[in-house]
Amino acid sequence: MPAFDEMWGVSGAGGLEPRASYRRLADWLKEAPPELLEARRRQAELFFRRIGITFAVYGDAAANERLIPFDIIPRIIDKDEWAKLEKGLVQRVEALNAFLRDVYGPRECIRAGVVPEDLVLQNPGFRLEMIGARPPHGVFTHVAGIDLVRVDEDDFYVLEDNARTPSGVSYMLENREVMMRLFPDLFVEHRVAPVEVYPDALLETLQSAAPPKAGDDPCVVVLTPGPYNSAYYEHSFLADKIGVELVEGSDLFVRDQVVYMRTTLGPKRVDVIYRRIDDDFLDPLAFRPDSVVGVPGLMGAYLAGEVTLANAVGAGVADDKAVYSYMPEIVRFFTGEEPILKNVPTWRCREPQSLSYVLDHLPELVVKQVDGSGGYGMLIGPTASGAEIEAFRARLTAAPEGYIAQPTLALSTCPTLVEQGVAPRHVDLRPFVLTGADRVRVAPGGLTRVALNEGSLVVNSSQGGGTKDTWVLDG
Amino acid sequence: MLSRTADSLYWTARYMERADFTARILDATTRLASLPASRGYSGDPWASALESSGAAAAYYAKHAVADERTVRRFLAFDTENPSSIRCCLEHARTNARSVRTALTVELWEAINRAWIDLKAFEATAHDREAFASFLDWVKSVSLAFDGAAYRTMLRNDAYWFLRIGDQIERADNTARLLDVKYHLLLPEDEEVGGGLDYFQWTTLLREVSALTAYRWVYRETIRSWLVADLLILNRQMPRSLASCQAEIVSCLDLLASAYGRRGIAQRQATHTLDRLSACTIESLFQSGLHEFISGFLAENNRLGAAISEQYLQ
Repeated sequence: MPAFDEMWGVSGAGGLEPRASYRRLADWLKEAPPELLEARRRQAELFFRRIGITFAVYGDAAANERLIPFDIIPRIIDKDEWAKLEKGLVQRVEALNAFLRDVYGPRECIRAGVVPEDLVLQNPGFRLEMIGARPPHGVFTHVAGIDLVRVDEDDFYVLEDNARTPSGVSYMLENREVMMRLFPDLFVEHRVAPVEVYPDALLETLQSAAPPKAGDDPCVVVLTPGPYNSAYYEHSFLADKIGVELVEGSDLFVRDQVVYMRTTLGPKRVDVIYRRIDDDFLDPLAFRPDSVVGVPGLMGAYLAGEVTLANAVGAGVADDKAVYSYMPEIVRFFTGEEPILKNVPTWRCREPQSLSYVLDHLPELVVKQVDGSGGYGMLIGPTASGAEIEAFRARLTAAPEGYIAQPTLALSTCPTLVEQGVAPRHVDLRPFVLTGADRVRVAPGGLTRVALNEGSLVVNSSQGGGTKDTWVLDG
Repeated sequence: MLSRTADSLYWTARYMERADFTARILDATTRLASLPASRGYSGDPWASALESSGAAAAYYAKHAVADERTVRRFLAFDTENPSSIRCCLEHARTNARSVRTALTVELWEAINRAWIDLKAFEATAHDREAFASFLDWVKSVSLAFDGAAYRTMLRNDAYWFLRIGDQIERADNTARLLDVKYHLLLPEDEEVGGGLDYFQWTTLLREVSALTAYRWVYRETIRSWLVADLLILNRQMPRSLASCQAEIVSCLDLLASAYGRRGIAQRQATHTLDRLSACTIESLFQSGLHEFISGFLAENNRLGAAISEQYLQ
């Protein structure tokens, strides 16, 4: 299956003329000596190591601080492509928020038969505590990361909606920082829309989401599980960029349903918590009692409307992969419009007919856990061995409702600097969509992840993926 | 500011200062040990280095004899010695990493780069020459750290907590060094001749990087009571107890005025400074140098606890 190449278009037909948006970059790449590219690659790596932009890989104690490989060849999206994507993203996230308001409220979409009731109510991401609750301004997913893949000139598919705590935005920002240092000339030749608007947009979003009683200058904090979390760098980076305190659970306490942080000046009231902790660990009194990173009583304060949690508790029900399969219907139901972004055709293994199809076609399909993330617990049929497929078949048969299956997509490729030189590698794209009380904001671009191994479709950083800077051309 | 942030800043600075102090002790000891026996030190310089750094008890719990290689390793790289240079740099980085948002990029990079570079030194610093360049490097790390803080940090509570941690640790180090060596200071107002004593004195001064300073300040040959004056009372000398104490008082005052309230830490620190200011070196020797230094160490510890109680919890 020939993949669409971001630079050369449909492979085979390409190889002659680059696509218009890539013309300058293609010329530059043709001229650039391999030593220069290699030198720039090393400079970039040094830069990332020096600023300490590392991540932890779970289950890999020896390498507990690793760098995500960075590829110096940017991925380019032209102005018109982006305009369409942006509209689609706004539509999608508005639908996600409307869906969440609805399932914890009147449940009209269930009564109308858009989404099956049990899929929502028995979903591990569904929080009983939130039934009837309305977070401040009705926003559930303030920060969403929508994973997109491209398959041809015109079509982007949504692969996943990350409605809980999407990460990676620090790489979007740092990648740009490095690229501007390494390739100032390329930035002069291209008109690249700046991504540095993101921190301001994030702060505005979080401030707008404060409880109405918070006043004009709400106190916003970022809540992290601590330095041992894999995304700690990002947590501290974001807190720094938006100029708010980075707190751990032990820095906060709740008194009379009000959240305070412990400061050198005594307790200070907190209005908005951008939390990078899963629901389960937020409050040992409400959720997992063994959580040591949470804040006892936080859920009580939240339900009393004294504090905003971003994202809201229970948003996970919207990024379940089985719910995902209903997204086209959800978008139509809540927005009254045709979805601009496509969904990948999905077989829900909970349905007997689909299950039997999936079991018959495992070697061609990608099978995912409905509540999984990070590329763990999935089967990629075309590259799996016979034994892996059989092992997966057993797991799938034992608990079919826990899985969905999709055709193996021909993810687009993008020229990437690898050991042998510049070669095509598969990429995806995660734009970040911010929803405040006032409006929805999308930073131009997002995080492009690249599967560095030849032929691989897995872009997750935990499994050999790297990142690229993503350029949205502004003219 | 979060109390945890203030705490981490305070400890980041304390660990950096301790690493620097240990490096200076190792440097001075290497010099002392290399003197010809006739002019050198009759005691065992490596055992003395352990005493000066305050790590003797921990060392002898593990090793029977204080030989050069083992002491060097223990003070510089041993992961089981919590005050080894390596552990100090690691603790400093761990603390800094948990409060990165309170640091400037420059300051964080100074700490993080030190941690990255340390690994290369650990692998190579076996011979004397390599070890000497390691010690130079440690000193350059603390200079880079202080310089980054001085040049880039906002002058607000974050900066003051760093300074306080730095000065508390420095005062503690100077006082402990004086405590270990106080017997050297005893022969009051006696000119120290050449040979044995002279090198002990110069070593002591080197350990706190004060040999040249001594000459500039007093323009006299080395006398024990002047050495004591320099390290305890002289405000020009940035490692003297009075100088550290004055800096602590000034940072605590800045905190108090920024926060709009004074507390026990301010009262204690001011009290100690007043007492130091009222002293002369003569009165100090008369009332007993050893008692004075032990008293100061205890007060310094209490001040650390008061700061912690007031701000860091």
